[in-house]
Amino acid sequence: MNIDSIKNGYVIDHIKAGKGMEIYNLLRLDLLDCPVAIIKNASSSKMGKKDIIKIDALIELNMDILGYVSPDATVDVIKDEKLAEKKKMSLPEKLTDVIFCKNPRCITTTEQELPHIFHLTDRDECEYRCAYCESRGK
Amino acid sequence: MRSVIDIKDLSTTELNELVAVAEDIIQNPDKYAHKCDRKKLATLFFEPSTRTRLSFEAAMYELGGHVLSMSDAGSSSAAKGESVADTAKTVSCYADIIAMRHPKEGAPLVAAMNASIPVINAGDGGHNHPTQTLADLLTIHREKARFDNLTIGLCGDLKFGRTVHSLISAMTRYSGIKFVLISPKELTVPSYVKKVIKEAGAECRETTDLLEAMPQLDILYMTRVQRERFFNEEDYLRLKDSYILTPEKLITAKKDLCIMHPLPRVNEISVKVDEDPRACYFKQVLNGKYMRMALILKLLEIK
Repeated sequence: MNIDSIKNGYVIDHIKAGKGMEIYNLLRLDLLDCPVAIIKNASSSKMGKKDIIKIDALIELNMDILGYVSPDATVDVIKDEKLAEKKKMSLPEKLTDVIFCKNPRCITTTEQELPHIFHLTDRDECEYRCAYCESRGK
Repeated sequence: MRSVIDIKDLSTTELNELVAVAEDIIQNPDKYAHKCDRKKLATLFFEPSTRTRLSFEAAMYELGGHVLSMSDAGSSSAAKGESVADTAKTVSCYADIIAMRHPKEGAPLVAAMNASIPVINAGDGGHNHPTQTLADLLTIHREKARFDNLTIGLCGDLKFGRTVHSLISAMTRYSGIKFVLISPKELTVPSYVKKVIKEAGAECRETTDLLEAMPQLDILYMTRVQRERFFNEEDYLRLKDSYILTPEKLITAKKDLCIMHPLPRVNEISVKVDEDPRACYFKQVLNGKYMRMALILKLLEIK
């Protein structure tokens, strides 16, 4: 793969340095058979250092995961080798099965088929609370 | 179709409407005696609770309705491993409304997400207990004839006390409310609850001294300081008597103070206080039934 040119796919840019692998794992990019590149600690005029992920396929991206792990990230959607769209991430209002409730008294501990849902309760503090028991997500 | 899982599920207008209906029920009980004819309340109590279950059942009977009840959680389908979601779907086929108590936090929300009938949270672990707050609100309204311009002392375990957090959430909606938070340092109100008070613009101060706070209070809401909340026995023994209400501690209190407690009490209010006309905690129990009646009517959309 030539990591500078993508025909149809994504460039996830401005990922906080060190968060690239976490996003790779949470998005389950290991399951893809298309070319995927992770660039760690790339120099950035704004951020000092940043991570970048390039995916050479228009897969369904879970933007909630991206927004939660690195709210300053951007996603360039590439179609026919041209920038078709630029998306700016932000903390999502709701997370489903991204983080998991650790409260032993929460109903999710006994009913394991329930989705783990968290709501953003304080944007400044990046605080999420479980939809069921309101414990703070970590 | 509405459910009530958290006191925040009800708007201020709705809280005021429920209080008005409850007052009307108290004045005109016959008018409501057949409002729920042929309607069925299922009380799904997955942990022991005498008072809350009886209160819901009494409320439904006084509205002319019927009650479906599990004999005990140990013999229920849950003991066989049925999920809360499946139980809620099943009971929706038999009843018109559910009151659920469950040891797991969030279980009534799961029931509400799956039931096709309204669900009332009758207590989920240490999390929410909205109908207790409704009982508290009616008591405040009956004793003070207002919800605004009150100084409310909350005393005891303010860290884990779910009734205290819900009452704060409800009372911050009204103007001129001052909170005096009286607790040992180990059991102060969590920061996210303090944030609710701050964002609402209500006044708040913290103290460890019940006696010092007493003269200013219009309402004193007592809760139990439990032994198991302390890291060591020494601290518990040192502090426990400071938060036990006795007739002597009430000498400097206002003549129209309203003393409240969610019950059951253990020893945090001396039985000698029961004779004081300012003791309102048994009135709270009765008010709980009236507010549950008002809530059942509202959720069943019966005028």
